Amino acid sequence: MRARAAGYEPRRWGAAFWTRFLLCGAALVLAVPILNQAVAPDSPLAIPDYLVPLLGKYVCYALLAVSLDLIWGYAGILSLGQGAFFALGGYCMGMYLMRQIGSRGVYGNAELPDFMVFLNWKELPWFWWGFDHFAYAALMALLVPGLLAFVFGWLAFRSRVTGVYLSIITQAMTYALLLAFFRNDMGFGGNNGLTDYKDILGWDVHRPETRLALYVASVAALGLGFLVSRFITTSKLGRVLLAVRDAESRVRFLGYSVTGVKAFVFTVAAVLAGIAGALYVPQIGIINPSEFSPANSIEVAIWVSVGGRGTLVGAMVGAVLVNFFKTWLTSAAPEIWLFFLGLLFVLSTLVFPRGLVGLLARLGWKRPPRAAATIPAGKEA
Amino acid sequence: MKTAAAPAAAGNVLLYLNNVTVSFDGFKALDGLSLLVEQGELRTIIGPNGAGKTTMMDVVTGKTRPDMGEVYFRGTADLSRLDETAIANLGIGRKFQRPTVFENLTVFENLELALDDSRGTWRTLVSRLTPDRRDRIAAILARIGLGPHSRQLAGTLSHGQKQWLEIGMLLIHDRSLLLLDEPVAGMTDRETEETAALILDLARHRTIVVVEHDMAFVRSLGAKVTVLHEGSVLAEGSIDHVQNNPRVVEVYLGR
Repeated sequence: MRARAAGYEPRRWGAAFWTRFLLCGAALVLAVPILNQAVAPDSPLAIPDYLVPLLGKYVCYALLAVSLDLIWGYAGILSLGQGAFFALGGYCMGMYLMRQIGSRGVYGNAELPDFMVFLNWKELPWFWWGFDHFAYAALMALLVPGLLAFVFGWLAFRSRVTGVYLSIITQAMTYALLLAFFRNDMGFGGNNGLTDYKDILGWDVHRPETRLALYVASVAALGLGFLVSRFITTSKLGRVLLAVRDAESRVRFLGYSVTGVKAFVFTVAAVLAGIAGALYVPQIGIINPSEFSPANSIEVAIWVSVGGRGTLVGAMVGAVLVNFFKTWLTSAAPEIWLFFLGLLFVLSTLVFPRGLVGLLARLGWKRPPRAAATIPAGKEA
Repeated sequence: MKTAAAPAAAGNVLLYLNNVTVSFDGFKALDGLSLLVEQGELRTIIGPNGAGKTTMMDVVTGKTRPDMGEVYFRGTADLSRLDETAIANLGIGRKFQRPTVFENLTVFENLELALDDSRGTWRTLVSRLTPDRRDRIAAILARIGLGPHSRQLAGTLSHGQKQWLEIGMLLIHDRSLLLLDEPVAGMTDRETEETAALILDLARHRTIVVVEHDMAFVRSLGAKVTVLHEGSVLAEGSIDHVQNNPRVVEVYLGR
């Protein structure tokens, strides 16, 4: 065959991939409801009701990690503000959930959420209009992070802000949003954020069935986000991204618009983070400005680096593993959690720079990531 | 400011630099450099270190903005106002002094990125590797002798092979003007000969500007030579003409 003659193998979307993808997806989707509903509650395998939203949270974090890996692992954009897009998506969903409370709030005001009544506001601010419709809120959860990322990314990348400088301004961005959302007169509930949700699409958010449905929706979103990211990274654009990561200026001399390519992938990643945030909020039951905290965004980078940046599977594994340990350690020995996190970051940088996936590859279990850990070639050229 | 009319009137001139000055922290890398390259010409540029050869290429490809002077392509495109991407898309290709290939991509993928396709972000995303594109890549691979290495990461190639891959990347995208910065640096004698033959072959269909230190190589190209010194043109003519120029001997060859 001619394809063989050129020595190229484009079969990245073959039957083997789809089989693995669907098997993993089915396992994630089926296992939790079955172990939650069909297994006797005293069985050691049973998943109690309170664990379901926790698992759902891990899945949302995995999607957030994929979104960061897409820009960091593949395009070399280390955003330390990815949590901002996650939180914005979360706020959009939170606003919808607040509007669903209706007159069941403490003040019994059918039109205004409690915090607005408390602030003595007389009518709904214009930016809350439409959030009583789920479809509108869902659309906003995509558009708001996407639009902010596009504008922010376009300006930053056009001015050729790269490397550590970009990381710093993304931190500044999320910190600025944190401060803004803290203010009561911003109209997003200030310090307390948005909470006390009742229903989502007419279903009680506290019922186990609703939580299972939200978990399944999160897995579906993760699957979709993974496919979108994989489509991008295996396309020719994915190769351009790797080229940008390693020798950005060289890509310009080939005639590609580095600004356009980076703004595109930055926007896609922000939309994915927004979806993750929108699914996270109804499962956790609250969104407040602390989600914008710079430390949160840094933690996402640690998940990705532990799992293995430059591999989408690695990002997901890293997010779930680190958060599992976080849940366990913060209850078993809360005082050592931060040391553990710091240690993980040091180890993942020094001992296994390609993350767990890279470690497995070194042991011969998996194909290695594309030198995800190489230091980008100098600024020369 | 002169208008574009002046260089446009020059007719057959492809690349026009007039009185170009670039300074870095007071050091004049280019000092009133004027240079004309005609359509279809093969030109070699020599000069001692710091003469401004690479800076000249930086100005033409949009990496550096001139402080003063005019840079026109085809008489109409004002290169001093365009960025690297726009200039590359006008059909100006560049090979760097140090070979710069994408080390984490395979040889094949390096050539794929250089293919003469749409550079739009969306078009790149949905681009398919059609048999026609594969054939074009395979043809170039054969020409630069890297066929057996097509699936190898470019970072694992030898220095000479990287130079050839970079030349291949220029070949696959049919540019009208190629700027080659020391294309034979670090090559063995045989590789140098092969490269000279390749450049002469390429020069039949396009305009090429070669910057080179290796005098034997410059001689083997047999083209018009421009000698740069301290940011401006010192002499111009055949290799024998400039080698006999006493000022050239003094500043460059004589050392």
